[in-house]
Amino acid sequence: MTQPPPTAPCRLQINGEEYDADLPPSVTLLDLLRERLGLTGTKKGCDHGQCGACTVLVDGRRVKSCLMLAVSLPDAQVTTIEGLSRKGRLHPMQQAFIDFDAFQCGYCTPGQILSAVALLEEGHIRSREEIREFMSGNLCRCGAYNGIIDAVEHVVAQRQRDEAGEAA
Amino acid sequence: MRSFSYSRPASFDEACRVPKRTRFLAGGTNLIDLMKSDVERPAHVVDLKSLSMDQIEELPDGGLRLGALATNAGTAEHPLVTGRFPLLASAILAGASPQIRNVATNGGNLNQRTRCHYFYDPDMVCNKRSPGSGCSARGGRNRIMAVLGTSESCIATFPSDMCVALAALNAVVRLRGPDGERAVALRDYHRLPGETPWIDNVLQPGEIVTSIDLPSVSFGEHYTYLKIRDRLSFAFAIVSVAVGLDMESGVIRRGCLALGGVGTKPWCVPEAEALMRDRPPSHSLFRDVAECILEGAMADRDNAAKLKLAPRVIERALWQAAEGTPQSQTCKTIC
Repeated sequence: MTQPPPTAPCRLQINGEEYDADLPPSVTLLDLLRERLGLTGTKKGCDHGQCGACTVLVDGRRVKSCLMLAVSLPDAQVTTIEGLSRKGRLHPMQQAFIDFDAFQCGYCTPGQILSAVALLEEGHIRSREEIREFMSGNLCRCGAYNGIIDAVEHVVAQRQRDEAGEAA
Repeated sequence: MRSFSYSRPASFDEACRVPKRTRFLAGGTNLIDLMKSDVERPAHVVDLKSLSMDQIEELPDGGLRLGALATNAGTAEHPLVTGRFPLLASAILAGASPQIRNVATNGGNLNQRTRCHYFYDPDMVCNKRSPGSGCSARGGRNRIMAVLGTSESCIATFPSDMCVALAALNAVVRLRGPDGERAVALRDYHRLPGETPWIDNVLQPGEIVTSIDLPSVSFGEHYTYLKIRDRLSFAFAIVSVAVGLDMESGVIRRGCLALGGVGTKPWCVPEAEALMRDRPPSHSLFRDVAECILEGAMADRDNAAKLKLAPRVIERALWQAAEGTPQSQTCKTIC
């Protein structure tokens, strides 16, 4: 008889909600989100860290959730695409992706948006070239790259205007 | 992924006492991928992240100590690294993607495995994965494979960008294991495949990389990391070159040089570096340096292009360093 797989405790906050359970250690953060919590906004593309469709934020930093064991992130704060909007209002990056036609099929879009949200905080947004380079971990097979860069540039400019307005 | 047990040791001593078929987990960006591909099949995974090894500290000589668990992104953006070792920051930013660099660690970078397609495919024979089974890459589709340091058993490249800069910088790897601590020069850390390609480096069972020490350098702006690859970003090197030059009044006092993408380990040849001592930069000097460091390079079925490309990239990189115009990792135009 085969033994049941060993489990380990997993304690996380996902979009502000506590998650606490024993899990087989082989469950990735991506599979926890999609298969156990029904948060299917995070997409499984390659499942090998190459495409970026599974990008989420862990403690504010963008990561590939397919390459992380859920049990290895004690007390981490995870943000998925489901957790980005506030009181029914889209995050400015979500709105910009719609306004600038930054997707076609939409499969890579949640990962692109979370990556772009993290990029704003990282500050690698000084030129179109730099945005392009620092978005290179997210592939788009429809080739919506120009729209994606336009959307990011728009949010960058919007933020700079807002900050200038606040300073004035 | 096959099932395994998972633990998070509270101390080094606990971490070092590991049963057989254990793998240490740091960032996991390579290990978890290999486990999904059924290349790595550990029975136990020991997570090192609770051991505090994520600091970046100054050393008394002006060098730096990089914690093994500091992330690649945290290292590349750290003011002490960008200020004193921009060559290292540049090489790190040339590798992987922002999401990977946010998680991947410095120790893990040293211990990552090759990206040889045949190593990753359990349906193919591979001496690195299954000792003695043979090498599918020899005579196979091997455009990306190594031309230096190869053996009959293996022609896989070591894929790191960071380690190429660490080799040029003469970094020292600090280890801790069941028998205590020791230090190994980065240049001696990775092994040539020889007849035992499944042994990538000098790490002993139960041994852990604790930090990487960088001795002080004075290259100023005379450095570069020049990486040639199939697409402009998020791809492994076909050829890459790390250079640092100590220049004084237009003369090279000391040159440090390492290659990636062409060797079975980060490739350095001290004789090639010695050629530059007390010489002004010139086309003939840099041609001689390239010829010296590439001596013995051998192509297999598909990778002869590396033999032509490598000297050109080396010479270009040496000029970038000599002129104090390091390659930008954002703007990909090569000057």
